[in-house]
Amino acid sequence: MNDATNTRDPIIKFDKVVKRFGDHVVLDELDFEVQRGEKVTIIGPSGSGKSTVLRILMTLEEINDGVVYVGGEPLWHQRKGDSLAPASEQHLRQMRSQLGMVFQQFNLFPHMTVLRNLTEAPVQVLGVSKAEARKRGMELLEMVGLTDQANKYPHQLSGGQQQRVGIARALAMRPKVMLFDEPTSALDPELVGEVLNVIRSLADEHDLTMLLVTHEMHFARQVSDRICFFDQGRIKEQGKPEEIFTAPKEERTRAFLKAVLDPDD
Amino acid sequence: MEWTSYLAPLSQGAWVTVQLTVYSTILGGLCAFVFGLGKLSHNPLLKGFSVAYIEIFRGTSLLVQLFWIYFALPIMGQAIGLDLRFPPVVAGVVALALNIGAYGAEVVRGAVQAVPKEQYEAATALNFTSRKRLWRITLPQAIPEMMPTFGNLAVQNLKDTALVSLISLGDLAFRAEQIRNFTQDSVTVYTLVLFMYFGMALVLTACMKLLERYVGRWRAAGR
Ligand SMILES: Nc1ncnc2c1ncn2[C@@H]1O[C@H](COP(=O)(O)OP(=O)(O)OP(=O)(O)O)[C@@H](O)[C@H]1O
Ligand SMILES: [Mg+2]
Repeated sequence: MNDATNTRDPIIKFDKVVKRFGDHVVLDELDFEVQRGEKVTIIGPSGSGKSTVLRILMTLEEINDGVVYVGGEPLWHQRKGDSLAPASEQHLRQMRSQLGMVFQQFNLFPHMTVLRNLTEAPVQVLGVSKAEARKRGMELLEMVGLTDQANKYPHQLSGGQQQRVGIARALAMRPKVMLFDEPTSALDPELVGEVLNVIRSLADEHDLTMLLVTHEMHFARQVSDRICFFDQGRIKEQGKPEEIFTAPKEERTRAFLKAVLDPDD
Repeated sequence: MEWTSYLAPLSQGAWVTVQLTVYSTILGGLCAFVFGLGKLSHNPLLKGFSVAYIEIFRGTSLLVQLFWIYFALPIMGQAIGLDLRFPPVVAGVVALALNIGAYGAEVVRGAVQAVPKEQYEAATALNFTSRKRLWRITLPQAIPEMMPTFGNLAVQNLKDTALVSLISLGDLAFRAEQIRNFTQDSVTVYTLVLFMYFGMALVLTACMKLLERYVGRWRAAGR
């Protein structure tokens, strides 16, 4: 963990961002910043807009109002003189290269071997040579402890293994920001640990910015620089993990944490 | 006449049927991909044209399409100063291909749309261009889904080739009709022809199954 929180150079900035699905307001003039290298965990009740924030950043979901900045540049807009115009596909592609995403359901490419899952995008998108991509792919597999699975297909792997491949696949594109949307929610309990260990090792990388949505509160407390509690499309409360987990100020936060930490009460 | 003496002319006809089937199935497969993807295109012109093609060729009978291409098109061509007379083989292959292509296009469209949207999102997150996303992610997953129906369409196509005998193409059905006219031996001739079509259908089905297994080989890995 680091003190990047104090530097004023947000790599991600939501400026009064509005997202609606029909009449349903999912993000309500959201203001949100993440500093370079910061590890931020978003928590909050179902439907509070956590996934939507990540999906907007990954350009999987458009915004209705406001501006999202990544690395100081508008994500969904292009500067045209002094005003902002809607982003072109070319602009989106340029912006996307800074971000990587890990999905709840892994979303590996089922028709490719594990190694091919890691090399396809570097080769096809970045133009890396096949040999180089394979070398890097094997390094990443080593990092996630799956070198012996390189030539298997995703359906031959356990969920935990698949998710570790999912993380390696995103890292293969060398993103500056990693987005994790409930990376362990689809896993059997005994497989959660192996995935969290991989994410934990990434959290030690000083330069990598991480934005994590999870219900693993103990893990969030260990790896995060900051916890944001989302409620109804806004940040209801945020702060250092120890503040949020031990002395939440808001009644909503307290109720939420009580519900997730001791669900049997 | 001995029934074995029918075999030589019937085999000649069968060979024409095989060629018609192979060429029109391949060309029809091409049409299926072009117009099936065209229907999914965001380009309104391409989309409109694809929809029109699919609807027209699925909504009219093959026989009418065949006659239209073989008899009507040359006359219309003449009116505008173009030579649109085709040899029967070409007219036959084109009519069969366009017909089967229209049905195949719907299969392609359906299979492409059935690829989970999560795959599309994963490819987008990895910054694939829309073209590479289609070729490298969507189609390799969609094609194995199409194969069983494509197999049925290919056999359907084989059976449909019999219609081209009506524009005096010497296929199996045409030869059979010739021999029957000559010998009046309907039972023998049509029984032979029945088995020959059936044999060809079996071989074609086997080929399509092999192809199906090949394009979907990743599904079977480790199973
Ligand atoms: N494509 C969509 N169409 C309509 N409504 C949607 C769509 N995607 C999300 N929503 C709605 O937007 C709201 C926020 O969704 P989001 O997925 O961001 O919530 P979340 O905080 O991630 O919840 P969860 O913990 O259940 O994953 C929900 O009410 C959801 O039903
Ligand atoms: Mg969610």
